[in-house]
Amino acid sequence: MEPLDVELEDGELELPNDPMQVLMGPAHPAMHGTIRIALELSGETIRKADVQIGYLHRGFEKMCERGTWTQCFPYVDRLNYASPLLNNVGFALAVEKMLSVTVPERCQHYRVALGELARICDHLVCLGAMAMELGAFTPFLYYVKARELIWDVFEEETGARVTHSFGRVGGMALPPTPFFKEMVRSAVPAVLALVDDGEKLLLKNRIFLDRIENVGVMGKDMALALGWTGVVLRATGVPYDVRKSHPYMTYDRYEFEVPVGTRGDCYDRFMCRAEEMRQSARIIEQALDMMADDGPVSIEDPRIVLPAKDEVYSTIEGTIQHFKIVMEGIQVPAGECYSYTEAGNGELGFYIVSDGSGTPYRVRIRPPCFASTQGLERMIVGAMLPDVVPTFGSINMIGGECDH
Amino acid sequence: MGSVSAVTSMSDNSAPDLERSQLVLEGSQQGFATTRFEDLLNWARKYSLFQYPFVTACCAMEFMALAGPRFDMARFGAEAPRFSPRQSDLLWVVGTISQRQAPVLKTVYDQMADPKYVIAFGTCASSGGFYDNYTTLPGIDKIIPVDVFVPGCPPRPETVIDGLLLLQDKITRGDRSVGIVKPRVDPVQLRNPVQLRRKA
Amino acid sequence: MSKQVLDRIAQVFGAAILETHSAFGDDTAVVEPSHWLEIARFLRDDPASSMDHFIDLTAVDYPQRSGTRFDVVLHLRSSERLHRVRLKARIGARCANPAADANPAADVAEAALPKIDSLTSVWVGANWFERECFDMFGIAFIGHPDLRRILMYEQFVGYPLRKDYPAAKTQPLLEYRQADNEKLPPFDEHEGMSFGRKTHADRQPGRNLLGFEED
Repeated sequence: MEPLDVELEDGELELPNDPMQVLMGPAHPAMHGTIRIALELSGETIRKADVQIGYLHRGFEKMCERGTWTQCFPYVDRLNYASPLLNNVGFALAVEKMLSVTVPERCQHYRVALGELARICDHLVCLGAMAMELGAFTPFLYYVKARELIWDVFEEETGARVTHSFGRVGGMALPPTPFFKEMVRSAVPAVLALVDDGEKLLLKNRIFLDRIENVGVMGKDMALALGWTGVVLRATGVPYDVRKSHPYMTYDRYEFEVPVGTRGDCYDRFMCRAEEMRQSARIIEQALDMMADDGPVSIEDPRIVLPAKDEVYSTIEGTIQHFKIVMEGIQVPAGECYSYTEAGNGELGFYIVSDGSGTPYRVRIRPPCFASTQGLERMIVGAMLPDVVPTFGSINMIGGECDH
Repeated sequence: MGSVSAVTSMSDNSAPDLERSQLVLEGSQQGFATTRFEDLLNWARKYSLFQYPFVTACCAMEFMALAGPRFDMARFGAEAPRFSPRQSDLLWVVGTISQRQAPVLKTVYDQMADPKYVIAFGTCASSGGFYDNYTTLPGIDKIIPVDVFVPGCPPRPETVIDGLLLLQDKITRGDRSVGIVKPRVDPVQLRNPVQLRRKA
Repeated sequence: MSKQVLDRIAQVFGAAILETHSAFGDDTAVVEPSHWLEIARFLRDDPASSMDHFIDLTAVDYPQRSGTRFDVVLHLRSSERLHRVRLKARIGARCANPAADANPAADVAEAALPKIDSLTSVWVGANWFERECFDMFGIAFIGHPDLRRILMYEQFVGYPLRKDYPAAKTQPLLEYRQADNEKLPPFDEHEGMSFGRKTHADRQPGRNLLGFEED
């Protein structure tokens, strides 16, 4: 047998250093949102990257042109499926802007409370998935457990766990249940306790910290030019939150802070999300305190809001009104408007064009994570291959929204 | 049947005991059992489904819940996700498959080793759902065979667990026909449907 | 607030600003497509407007409109002054190419695409938004570094968000398999009821399938 410790010349020991092509995704365990990244590697360093999206393009905008305005809600739900209620509210506000109507105050607080619960869910999903992709499965279980607590409230309120389709133009589908406040007040502290537990598991873990600190760094100016909004932008140090900068609904009446990062790396994005959950809890508490226990949740305009069911069955006016709204849709005046809200990932904009009929002429969604994912290439070029995973995890790319 | 007679001789011949004893395999009192090889294999397969989650869209949220503590899919022997198709024998197709994604799904399916099972998780995977448009594949059975369809948009975890149990049941029986998870209670049969409208 | 921005560009560019309006509180300027890039650069660099935050770029198709067919719509924001503005340009001469109307294939051809300047040199973020616009509407952005499809696949023919593209027309990449998928009989006795195989035949009068009393 040949001896193993033969003398080798140095040249023979060197690894081949040709650039290597690696395709990550679209079916890759760490690419949770069906994305494909074509990488050119030199060793483990990324030389070039081409981020390819579109694997979940479902024709949202085309589908919206086929039904009435109200029929868009189920599609809107499935854009950012981690926080459907925020999308519902965003779209409802856009159509209400064109109709020049404002929903009653009780409904605004209700929307805020549900929306902020959805925001907590969104951040839980993002942090849980990010931790899981970095190999920390246990915190993911904590976050999923916390999310179930919120989903219990949603299920009680809306009847669905994930896709609620609960928003309506001019109000909500149903008024809050009598025990809504009680449920939320008992669920939120339990959720925050679980968030704390999950964080303790992560933020004392050297491996986790080493993988996210100073990884995926993005500068302020570049982030703005890329069109970043939301948590990813705030992590770079720009204090832009639609809820503060351009308050909509009753957000100007709540006290809350906007967490801002300093370096714009994955760690900052992680911490901003974690802190935002606590701020959302503060908002929820105030919204519940301000929300009246009775009063209308929908505006009283027979051209926009469906009549009560017993009216539909017992009066001819109710039947006609119901028929007209369901069959012809809400008549939105011709024109165009851009309405924007703070969704889980950032500024969720709806640019809608109406030709005056009951069917949208064009519904354009401005998905926040489309812009964030665009910046992924800049963050990973020059980094190491394993850095792709936390960077991608921290921008919370949601396929339904990013790919429309 | 031999197994029954072997056991009945040890019991009091009472009817409930007899029913229970049919589950006991022949000779198990002596520490060994005989069965058909095929059945044993299916029994083993059924409780060690190594899954490949092909997760694309909204249903992923429910899939996470299913893996989470409350619904805990691990109870049914389907705990270990394998992110390599070559090591897995159950393909979960979770979410909408677009025309662009279809070749990827087909490749993943082709790479799996036999015997392989497919569960279509949710309406979009089953039929395209309400995305009846230029970009969505109208059901994954257009490109790969499916064992169990789980309807729902997204399906509740209970429905999915029903689907998993249905698949295990089919594996036991060696049945490769198409199955659909049906509601436990047919809503039409309920005389008083749930009152949805709340008092303002 | 951003009304001042509109006044300012109207003052500087004069005739290149075709119209301005502020419907629903959104300040809008419709501009001459030939000045698209110039005005965008001015809006970013002028200290009074300083539109450094790129928000959105999209298009709207008006096949019935006489003259031009597409609106390219740009939304901008200033992170410093917190104001917003919308720019629109009307492009794509409707009847410039009569052959295109008769022959849909010619409409798709590269040369027939409506064109406008790319804004990628002003905001890098315009890159993907312009690619999306190209993909969905077939608008060619002159000077774009990497103009290819982004949401659809390369083999796709046509531009799905144009009003004349049929919503349900698919272009599958894979041939569909021939499955003998006849409709399944509802509630077959082996299907669905995983626990104990309860079927509707087992149902007792006055009780539902789970065995609870119906009220």
